Amino acid sequence: MAVPLPAYLVLGAILFAIGVVGVATRRNVLIIFMCVELMMNAVNLTFVAFASAFQALDGQVFVFFILVVAAAEVAVGLAIIYGIFRHRETVDVTDMTLMKG
Amino acid sequence: MELLLFLVLAFAAIVAALLVVTHRHPVYSALFLVVTMLCIAFLFLLLRAEFLWVMQIAVYAGAVMVLFLFVIMLLDLRREERPWRFPEHRLQVGAGVILAAALAAQLLVAAVAVRAPAGAGPFPPAVVAARGNTQLLGRLLYTEYAFPFEVTSVILLVAIVGAMVIAKRRSD
Amino acid sequence: MLAFLAVALVKIVVVFGCLLLTVAYMTWAERKVVGDLQVRLGPNRVGPFGLLQPIADGIKLLCKEEIVPSHADRAIYLLAPAISLAPAFIAFAVIPFGDTTTLFGLLREPVAMVITDINVGVLYIFGIASLGVYGIVLAGWSSNNKYALLGGLRASAQMISYELSMGLSIVGVVMLAGSLSLVDIVNAQARWPFVVPQILGFGIFFCCALAETNRAPFDLPEAETELVAGFHVEYSSMKFAMFFMAEYANMITAAALATTLFLGGWRGPFLPPLAWFLLKMLALLYVFIWIRATLPRFRYDQLMAFGWKRLLPLALANLVIAAAVAPWWR
Repeated sequence: MAVPLPAYLVLGAILFAIGVVGVATRRNVLIIFMCVELMMNAVNLTFVAFASAFQALDGQVFVFFILVVAAAEVAVGLAIIYGIFRHRETVDVTDMTLMKG
Repeated sequence: MELLLFLVLAFAAIVAALLVVTHRHPVYSALFLVVTMLCIAFLFLLLRAEFLWVMQIAVYAGAVMVLFLFVIMLLDLRREERPWRFPEHRLQVGAGVILAAALAAQLLVAAVAVRAPAGAGPFPPAVVAARGNTQLLGRLLYTEYAFPFEVTSVILLVAIVGAMVIAKRRSD
Repeated sequence: MLAFLAVALVKIVVVFGCLLLTVAYMTWAERKVVGDLQVRLGPNRVGPFGLLQPIADGIKLLCKEEIVPSHADRAIYLLAPAISLAPAFIAFAVIPFGDTTTLFGLLREPVAMVITDINVGVLYIFGIASLGVYGIVLAGWSSNNKYALLGGLRASAQMISYELSMGLSIVGVVMLAGSLSLVDIVNAQARWPFVVPQILGFGIFFCCALAETNRAPFDLPEAETELVAGFHVEYSSMKFAMFFMAEYANMITAAALATTLFLGGWRGPFLPPLAWFLLKMLALLYVFIWIRATLPRFRYDQLMAFGWKRLLPLALANLVIAAAVAPWWR
């Protein structure tokens, strides 16, 4: 039996919500970043599920772009985190409350 | 059969995602995120998106997460303190969970109400199987979506240069 | 459905078994060939011509004491060798060993001699190659040892740097064949193997394969005199053996890929297909071992400079050549 479209969407929604919990709850900036990646993966899943249901490939093209942009974003984001760590010796977001420095 | 595979992968993805969010050590979080990404990759395969299956494994699980692991190991991070230990964080955690639950409720209501459209779309499974998912995707990328494609190449260039500039040690 | 599963299972068991045997005897072959090139006999005491040496080594490694360093991250420390070994074997799922076979008339209908012919076979190999980095990185980190960590990070940086050029050299082949499926690529080499128009691509692929598998002259991460054997310094007995096996399995995978993509796979005039495949693969493995016995090791900065500043532009140039050749090749 084929898997119905709502099943994929529910799974995407649950993964997205788990990602939101992670971003709101954790203090380690790298783990927050990872939860953002989790959210993006959930969105990718939703896009591909819709592409499959609508029998169009536009969803997959969009996921391709999201993949590329996410990779670029991770590279720059980690460079920033590394720069902050070098300066402040911490990756705890509660310590990064000043824009100065 | 497909339903069984979906249920197994979905369960594995959810468990791994929960472990990403709750585990104390960043390296373990990263490894569970890799597991989640692999589960999602196989879900792509179940949805007949072969190119994205491989791209998810090669790019996300194989490159992005390796980069994460590199940074975690280079920064030599230790286990994180439990947020429930600090009173000011309990409120934050509670608010975060409530927010996520509200968001999830909205998304679930919308997700369950969706129905797949009745008619066939531009790329029905027979056409995709005959021509090949990768070939059709490639054709779309170079015709309809050519401009965003070129823009992403510029984005990648900017990201490479930007990452190098930010992470470079100043020699003064 | 059941017949399909049964056939696939038999193929998997046969390929897996042959691969394990080949890995074991690669260790013997390496020692014999290196000995030959250094004008000495290799192992020749255990069994005729030392042929039982791998078995003796296996028994020795199994009987050694299992040491787990204190404060090592136990779960990852124990998992890392397995994570290192898995991609090497998984990559063999798409490599075609022959055309079709009826097992000398035993089977009712011909069975393709490839475990599964995915139509994105080449991309699958990319994905598996990029997963191969994890075992090394995790092994280095979980050993709770600065040398192991640095060795692991260097090794994985080396691997991801050379993955790029390897991918680009394969794209040239894909352009000429017009398909990502490895079976189609072998079939497209009916007249001339792709090494003819893509000699540069073959050279690049070979160098990158040497670097990906951490073989000399790119074996800095695991050399005994550097960083005290690098990322597997804290590993003993069977886990170390698994890293060793993973390296040889990666080598065999790289050689098999090179024959499939560039040398025409199982194609050849008189001998049966499987014989040609094995001949070409063993020839490449001999070259791997020959290079190890001959060339000195690169320094890390030389290694990275070579990968980024020399191989990558060459691979891009190769892409241009492939694009020029492709229209009248097809």
